[in-house]
Amino acid sequence: MSTIAVISAGLGDPSTTRMLADAFATKVAEIDSSAEVGVFGLRDLAHDIVDATLTGFASPRLQTVIETVQQADGIIVVSPIYQASYSGLFKSFFDAFENDSLIGKPVLAAATGGTARHSLAIEYALKPMFSYLQTVLVPTGVFASPHDWGSTGERALDARIERAVRELLNLIDGTGTGRVADDTIDLFSETMLSISDPRH
Amino acid sequence: MSMQIGIFTVGDVTMDPTNGTTPTEHERIKATVEIAKKADEIGLDVFATGEHHNPPFVPSSPTTTLAYIGAQTKNLILSTSTTLITTNDPVKIAEDYATLQHLVDGRMDLMLGRGNTAPVYPWFGKDMSKAIELTIENYQLLRRLWEEPVVNWEGKFRTPLQGYTSTPAPLDGVAPFVWHGSIRTPEVAELAAYHGDGYFANNIFWPKEHYIRLINFYRQRYEHYGHGTPEQAIVGLGGQFFMRKNSQDAINEFRPYFDNAPVYGHGPSMEDFTEQTPLTVGSPQQVLERTLSFADYFGDYQRQLFLVDHAGLPLKSVLEQLDLLGEILPTMRAEFEARRPAGVADAPTHATRVAAAQAANTTSLQEAQA
Repeated sequence: MSTIAVISAGLGDPSTTRMLADAFATKVAEIDSSAEVGVFGLRDLAHDIVDATLTGFASPRLQTVIETVQQADGIIVVSPIYQASYSGLFKSFFDAFENDSLIGKPVLAAATGGTARHSLAIEYALKPMFSYLQTVLVPTGVFASPHDWGSTGERALDARIERAVRELLNLIDGTGTGRVADDTIDLFSETMLSISDPRH
Repeated sequence: MSMQIGIFTVGDVTMDPTNGTTPTEHERIKATVEIAKKADEIGLDVFATGEHHNPPFVPSSPTTTLAYIGAQTKNLILSTSTTLITTNDPVKIAEDYATLQHLVDGRMDLMLGRGNTAPVYPWFGKDMSKAIELTIENYQLLRRLWEEPVVNWEGKFRTPLQGYTSTPAPLDGVAPFVWHGSIRTPEVAELAAYHGDGYFANNIFWPKEHYIRLINFYRQRYEHYGHGTPEQAIVGLGGQFFMRKNSQDAINEFRPYFDNAPVYGHGPSMEDFTEQTPLTVGSPQQVLERTLSFADYFGDYQRQLFLVDHAGLPLKSVLEQLDLLGEILPTMRAEFEARRPAGVADAPTHATRVAAAQAANTTSLQEAQA
């Protein structure tokens, strides 16, 4: 039985970031009914996170979440993209972790943004940070732009969520990511093209 | 003396947030002396000053200040919190503190620390990335300077010494007792354990669980190096409080100082912080109970130092805090004494260390004659 911690740094209520986080949680449960999934919204911990950056220690409430994340078999992180990168609260949350405490942890990186132009922020912002933390990133990053919520077909958001979750669960099971080179699916652009291509 | 109770100061010059006034450096230095004299007057055992080399702090020359206080006090043990073992030349530490030891007739010890202000290291020609190596090398040299009449030494961080004699030699041939202070570094606990020195946990900034880990580690290593049982290890703790007869008065009066304090201000609420760290804001009875509970978490220990003069509190309030501490002091001592099991070490003083050295000499003489 795997334990998966899903972190949502969405600030709105309701928030599309939280919707994406919940979609991941649902998908994990669909694929592996024995998995234990917890979704943690950073909005509820916002003051605790700022306090931790000032005092250098986590409140008991924040510490509980940090320990849950540290003990999870895999984590799914979902941040909104602000000013071309993850949100400050998202970064501050991970700043509150002890050095080296996430080494080797399988991580699925995902993000939401107000426009598809932010989609590569996963590649140039989130993934480098988790690479620095010496986590093991699954190949598929999932970015959801406003268009994606209505998308259908094999390149649609739901299909990308499923692919990424399967990669994560396979990685945790020790069977690699389940992906091979000829299984190439363009991560973002085909979906974006299908939306913007006037022939569709 | 089984337990030493005292105060320690950072020596910060901080604006009083309730009226916007900031003391001058002169006023702050003189206030520090007044606070130390008051500590002696109410029967506290220890006064310790920090060492800093950057504003807004004034105590850059601890032994000068401590000698001046020593001349005006009777029983107070003068100490530091901390003396920088990384950026000070160990040769000068040996001289300065041995001189202080003579001037105050042994009524002193010192606490070594690394210092965590990055720019201070290059100002004194040192590299912060080498802080732990500096600590270990400098401390080993300091010990030799105090224990050996003539020292030949070569190391990585200072010029070699050939046929060097540190003057003055320690009073009665017994080096000042050394504490090692740390906030987070296990290596410091290891160093203290290795040498059989005291270990002081800051116990101010963070939840007790953090310090419990460090102190337990020190106690285990103390035993490992053959200095005694874990219970015999020499442990000191920080602490902080603000008290008034009526706890609500303490809360109301201290809140603006808390909310604007340099370390934790503009962060957590005072209620959260008092719950999560050893800070107590309330009645003298509450301070008494909280302090006594430290021994439950950390084991019976030898030295308790409180931080009372920070965050811009005016001198008058600080002196009032000490008056209130003086009132609960006899009960605090009696309660600590009552709960103390046999086998826990007494707090070290110059007199006990001289007696121990004499006993050791007698034993070795007897062994030599037998």
